[in-house]
Amino acid sequence: MNGGGSLRQMRGVFIFAMIGVVFMFVAPYVLQLFTIINLTTAIALAVLALSLALVWGYGGILCFGQVAFFGLGAYAYTIAAINFGGSTWAILVAILAASAFATLLGYFMFYGRVSDVYLGVITLTVTLIFFSLIRRTSGPEYKIGNALMGGFNGVTSPPLNLPWDSSSFLFPEQVFYVAMAALILCYVFCGWLVTTHFGRVCVGIRENELRAELLGYDTRLYKLGIFTISAGVAAVGGVLFCNGVGRITPDVFNLYNAALTIIWVIVGGRGTLIGPVAATFGLFYLTSALGGQSLFNNNLVLGLILIFFVLLVPKGVAPTLSAWFTKRRKPQRVTRRRRRQGRAL
Amino acid sequence: MSGKRDRREVIVETRNLSMHFGGVRAVEQVDFTLYDNELRCLIGPNGAGKSTFFKCLTGQLSPTHGEVIIRGQNTTYAETHDIAGMGVGIKTQVPNVFDELSVDENIWLSARRWHKAKRARSVTSETIERLQLGDIRRDIVGRLAHGQRQWVELGMVVAAEPWLVLLDEPAAGMTHEETARTAELIKEINTQAALIVVEHDMQFIRMISQQVTVFHEGQILMEDTMEVISKDKRAREVYLGHRA
Repeated sequence: MNGGGSLRQMRGVFIFAMIGVVFMFVAPYVLQLFTIINLTTAIALAVLALSLALVWGYGGILCFGQVAFFGLGAYAYTIAAINFGGSTWAILVAILAASAFATLLGYFMFYGRVSDVYLGVITLTVTLIFFSLIRRTSGPEYKIGNALMGGFNGVTSPPLNLPWDSSSFLFPEQVFYVAMAALILCYVFCGWLVTTHFGRVCVGIRENELRAELLGYDTRLYKLGIFTISAGVAAVGGVLFCNGVGRITPDVFNLYNAALTIIWVIVGGRGTLIGPVAATFGLFYLTSALGGQSLFNNNLVLGLILIFFVLLVPKGVAPTLSAWFTKRRKPQRVTRRRRRQGRAL
Repeated sequence: MSGKRDRREVIVETRNLSMHFGGVRAVEQVDFTLYDNELRCLIGPNGAGKSTFFKCLTGQLSPTHGEVIIRGQNTTYAETHDIAGMGVGIKTQVPNVFDELSVDENIWLSARRWHKAKRARSVTSETIERLQLGDIRRDIVGRLAHGQRQWVELGMVVAAEPWLVLLDEPAAGMTHEETARTAELIKEINTQAALIVVEHDMQFIRMISQQVTVFHEGQILMEDTMEVISKDKRAREVYLGHRA
């Protein structure tokens, strides 16, 4: 696990990334357009789940308001794209806006040594403040440049365009390719980040903050770092989301979405990146399927799933599966280790 | 006697150090001096203020009054990571380790704080060999026995190659054999670094002791070698009398 090359540690990440690449090129040929458009939204949410998997699962920071950065990214993209008349720079603005806001918020929380529980409360409260604030921006006076904020109706998001030609918008299939590529890139980036010195220190802080300090690491700085990076990843999700849906409304900041993000990570498993991503797709399709019938209430089922996982699979799907596989492979591994030791001797 | 001492470099000094919790005076006006290359034990009964004093030295507590000076720098209000960043190795009373990580990763995180990637790898391997943790290097620290966890923590201290080491009850919960090995390790560390060791276990102190400082009711009762202290009437009354 601690070998010299981080490439070896990232083998799992590359395997899942390759599966993603294959899916990316096969899906448009076998699935209907409607499904592809729907998938784009699911991919955007998967990026959001990935960002929380990073900050919570690896950084140990329970951010209950990860949707705040997601929504902020979506709004920043939309407003910037309307004003710039093109999407390329707007994507950058979205990532920077969310990261900058996270740095500011994180600075007060981490340097003020706010404890874990209050951190969750503060981030959730900030999210709900955004929700109430942006809902009230429905008059013509709420305007940023050429973009009307639109209150609870939200704003229509300009679609992505080719970087060199702002008048040629991407088709839904093309947006799907972009979204899938962004998800894979974000996934590989996060997978790489957790193998770096920075990432490993963050995991150390999650395990024992005092020990990390006793080793001479300024834990506040590391926490601020991973918090900011994860906000940037969430903003990428936000950009994809408003492209998939076509508009962005203040509902993105509501309590339901904030809680849903937590559920994806709990179900998928903390301490893995692929788990929450897979759980997002799974639960997204479950909710869609349940939306087509009226026998069971959607939220009731989600609640039951959450209770099931918290009580019976507390570590989540991915860690439980991987523990199961390791257990089955263990006899083999022991002999391999013995052989290696023998060679060393 | 003092003339001979003064020529040595002072590396830790506290002046008039007090730590009050409400009305409780856990540490009261302590003037303490540690010289270079010294191995000092702090003893005293429960509640004598040893651990509070230790936490003031390591930046885990900010004292109510007074100053802490480490190698000429005033660290009274410094953060723990700043003090550790000066090259001070610290082991706390309750083992503070990274429970979900492997022994290897625990030690590596300490070595990597001071060295570039390649050197950190070799320092990690050397440390693991030195502390005889080779058989368990891939094991998860949280599943190890208490004594082994203590050793992993000592390994993290050693891997940082500190010039000053502060240990709070390093032998707590160890078996007889482990205690003896810890004593050996402490003597070995002392060839390269000065140490302050807070300890309860008298037998352990006899194994390593040179100069001993006795704490009583938040103040320094006396400072001398273990032989003198074990014969001293006051020291026996406050501490030794209770135990043996």
